Amino acid sequence: MARTLIRVPATATRGEVIEIRTLIQHPMETGYRPDAAGRLLVRDIITRFTCHFDNRLVFEAMLHSAIAANPYLTFTLRAEASGVLAFAWDGDHDFRHVETRALTVT
Amino acid sequence: MSPWRRQGWLPLLALLLGAAGPRSGFETMTPELQAMQRDDAGNPGMLSVLEGEALFAREGCAACHAAAALRGVAARYPAHDAARGGPIDLAGRIAECREQRAGRPPLPRESQPMLALQSFVAHQSRGLPITPDPRLAEARAEGERLFRERRGQLNLSCAQCHETLAGGRLAGANIPEGHPNGYPLYRLEWQALGSLQRRLRGCFTGVRAEPLAPGSPAALALEAYLFGRAAGLPIETPAVRP
Repeated sequence: MARTLIRVPATATRGEVIEIRTLIQHPMETGYRPDAAGRLLVRDIITRFTCHFDNRLVFEAMLHSAIAANPYLTFTLRAEASGVLAFAWDGDHDFRHVETRALTVT
Repeated sequence: MSPWRRQGWLPLLALLLGAAGPRSGFETMTPELQAMQRDDAGNPGMLSVLEGEALFAREGCAACHAAAALRGVAARYPAHDAARGGPIDLAGRIAECREQRAGRPPLPRESQPMLALQSFVAHQSRGLPITPDPRLAEARAEGERLFRERRGQLNLSCAQCHETLAGGRLAGANIPEGHPNGYPLYRLEWQALGSLQRRLRGCFTGVRAEPLAPGSPAALALEAYLFGRAAGLPIETPAVRP
């Protein structure tokens, strides 16, 4: 299982723009690199990242071969109500990792 | 701009500010990289620390060692080992403890779980100054000899770059003083966390010399010397380097 580091403010005031930072452990093997024996290493990357806020898509990113290992994504969100943020990373070889964080808006 | 104005005042300023001791590679990095290292939610090395923490509990290390008791340990290594009659580094100690006391199968030095355990243990000492083991004077002397010995087809010694030319540039890259205070560290070039031994291997092959075998007496002596000359620098594990 991949490890992640996610930073979401525990609380926010209504209407505040909050910054969300995510980092996930992933090799992001490009598919273009040869191994020691000269054979191409099979591509193994995260292809899509989504963030849903109470089942509503608020941020999405498509990732490609040129992105470094352990992708770090940061984005902002206007906090309107309390709810649950669901982060999902999907990738090659049926890779899928899901994390949730609660956000309290006062 | 005259050479004096371009370069002359910086070392002078450093001298006036009293920065005459060892300088961590952290200080010559770009502000963006420094911010990446400082931010625990953005430092990719922290992923390995988390993995190490989980391993530490799962592998039974926590049965004897409390994480809080590990504070300061990494700042004292390499340490004198009575049984070996010589230095032992942190990776060697973890391997020995795992195999002899916990009865676990050996882990290769550069394997991901070993690096994770090592980064978790070293992370407990973050911010503490390196305090070299006084019993390792002999190993440090041997390490210094290796540090100053010219080697490889390029016929360069460690000291020529990391002492005489430290602070200068090799093409686009900074030449750091070569201190070991952030290992295991996340190197952008590697796209991964790596050990001091891996970094040394990079330098050795760079001057086309045969790398020292990890864990060999020569490698341990060089490591002991590197920690000796970095005395007082804070442990930064997991550091980030370009």
